[in-house]
Amino acid sequence: MLRKLLIGTALATSFAFSAHAADVKEVQMLHWWTSGGEAAALNVLKQDLAKEGYAWKDVPVAGGGGDAAMTALKAMVAAGNYPTASQMLGYTVLDYAAAGVMGDLTETAKKEGWDKSVPAALQKFSVYDGKWVAAPVNVHSVNWLWINKAVMDKIGGTEPKTFDDFVALLDKAKAAGVIPLALGGQNWQEATMFDSVVLSTGGPEFYKKAMNDLDEESLKSDTMKKSFDNLAKLVKYVDPNFSGRDWNLATAMVIKGDALVQVMGDWAKGEFHAANKTPGTDFLCYRFPGTDGSVIYNSDMFGMFNVPEDRKAAQVALATATLSKSFQSAFNVVKGSVPARTDVPDTDFDACGKKGIADLKKANEGGTLFGSLAQGYGAPPAVANAYKDVVSKFVHGQIKTSDEAVTELVKAIDDAK
Amino acid sequence: MSTVAETQIKLTPEHDARPGASVRSRLQDLLPKIVLAPSFAATIVFVYGFILWTIYLSFTNSKTFPSYAVTGARAYQRLWRWTFESDPPSSWYTSITNMGIFGFLYILICLALGLFLAILLDQKIRGEGVLRPIYLYPMALSFIVTGVAWKWFLDPGLGLEQTLHQWGWTSFHFDWIKNKDFVIYTVVIAGVWQASGFVMAMFLAGLRGIDGEIMKAAQIDGASAFQLYRRIVIPLLRPVFLSAFIVLAHLAIKSYDLVVALTSGGPGGSAWLPSNFMYEFTFKRNEMAVGSASAVIMLMTITAIIVPYLYSELREKSR
Repeated sequence: MLRKLLIGTALATSFAFSAHAADVKEVQMLHWWTSGGEAAALNVLKQDLAKEGYAWKDVPVAGGGGDAAMTALKAMVAAGNYPTASQMLGYTVLDYAAAGVMGDLTETAKKEGWDKSVPAALQKFSVYDGKWVAAPVNVHSVNWLWINKAVMDKIGGTEPKTFDDFVALLDKAKAAGVIPLALGGQNWQEATMFDSVVLSTGGPEFYKKAMNDLDEESLKSDTMKKSFDNLAKLVKYVDPNFSGRDWNLATAMVIKGDALVQVMGDWAKGEFHAANKTPGTDFLCYRFPGTDGSVIYNSDMFGMFNVPEDRKAAQVALATATLSKSFQSAFNVVKGSVPARTDVPDTDFDACGKKGIADLKKANEGGTLFGSLAQGYGAPPAVANAYKDVVSKFVHGQIKTSDEAVTELVKAIDDAK
Repeated sequence: MSTVAETQIKLTPEHDARPGASVRSRLQDLLPKIVLAPSFAATIVFVYGFILWTIYLSFTNSKTFPSYAVTGARAYQRLWRWTFESDPPSSWYTSITNMGIFGFLYILICLALGLFLAILLDQKIRGEGVLRPIYLYPMALSFIVTGVAWKWFLDPGLGLEQTLHQWGWTSFHFDWIKNKDFVIYTVVIAGVWQASGFVMAMFLAGLRGIDGEIMKAAQIDGASAFQLYRRIVIPLLRPVFLSAFIVLAHLAIKSYDLVVALTSGGPGGSAWLPSNFMYEFTFKRNEMAVGSASAVIMLMTITAIIVPYLYSELREKSR
């Protein structure tokens, strides 16, 4: 009897072990890329992995900003049920790395030469404590103007080079009876625009000090006040219905020619593409006036979790595929962003994409590649959201003057630190 | 608990004579407890256990993940400070003043409208069977659906204002949903639309329960219709008022989704309720301690309303 039991146990264990030894040919991926263009872009990765024999198990959680997905991820990690990888933004990666749940891709990174090809500013978020914990998928930049060319031609406008030029251009549009500035009155959109305004008003040095280093002197300086004044100038050119509008509806206003320009990150280009518009003939992409040469970025990352041994091979395959040149090119052409490594050829990209790639390279070399505070790449979420609060309250009139805005900003950021 | 134990003790000697029946009857005695045990345990853990956990977290320094070292009441200090920052309004100040405005108007209008509709429907009119579900059905919709539908209806560029402009009334102006000072009232409108039919059904049931003899007696004594309702019907409906109040109060306090779907937070966060504040801080801003503290304060507020009610109800029953 006992003997039988022992044999049974031994068999069962050996069976369990042998099952363990075989790798699980599956990647589990948590993400919020559920809209048409984004889903299509991700499909490229799915097919690349299928070629290597890895099945793809989607854990999509809809909701543009990824809040719902992040809540789901928190629950999965708390339950010890790590996905192979999850789409993540900026400081979230570092938070999870600090909690000790991220994997280690350093070997793969060395083999693939990520240290050299991925911009240093991005490595700040994908490397924790000397270990690669995430694979950056793309680089978005937020200091762009998206202009309807037909409207631009009608009002006889030219590319604005300075902030004053920009205001003059908006005036022209207003006189011609189109909505000059398409803006969605949600706090992140207002703050995203304000990122560009600060860079334009104070220059690269100032942006870094105020928005990345959170230097108090800079935050309460006259330059910051002037930035708020400039923001107030821009807000005068939006239509009365802007409050609460989604960003893609604001983009649609520009596409349809109801509005002249939108200040938005390059994900807006995806909307133009979806409407079959070509850059140069239907729409124009310029850097936000006064910010040429600098890039305010955010980046989507695939955070790699510390999965059990039998699922590590699939994870390495996923990471390698993510940062392969072919995927970086194919994915970013569809998504509207630029590759997360600077050595990807730009042949497949449109005019805006080519400019984006060149700008990123220049900014990376010149040290003018800065994290967007509004997008959570300038400071941790608590600070970033406090900043969005202040900007939004200023836009909507709860905060009345730029003096007050600066005081509130310092106070809110202090509170959130 | 003690009464149950006593009955069992009393019963045991009688059953001793027949051991088989004793086991069965003991099982029968235990059956309700056995059946209730899982849900009781689940409630203890998932409701009360997590309440205690939240209270504990609010005294820690939890950020993205819970941390278990107690660090004091800093979260409460921050909330307390924010309570008095009215110009420019802090998010917490906005949330609690909105809760006051929304809670008060929502409960008051729902009660008044519900009672009014119920009285009208109670006039033995034809087609009541059709009218009643029409008013009741909004309750079957989720807050998300209500929120989105009203968002489109109230949007000046899409809904009511746009339509009236197209019909020629171009001076019509209704942009509350885009206005930081009025956006909370649009939440009241949508909330009332959804819940007043349900309150109506409660009042209607109450009205049907009133003894017709009393009404007839009052009419013979020469009471006018107004006096009849003012002096007799409404006082008799007191228990319905209390149940409706409790249902509405908890709906008001937990309406998070309505604010999100209808206003996505409102211009500059001006439509936030404490539940929005809690979610924002816990999950979006990684300030779990502050989020927990605000949840505890919400719980305290509800307790302050519910406990006196339960107390008065139970006291009346024991009399």
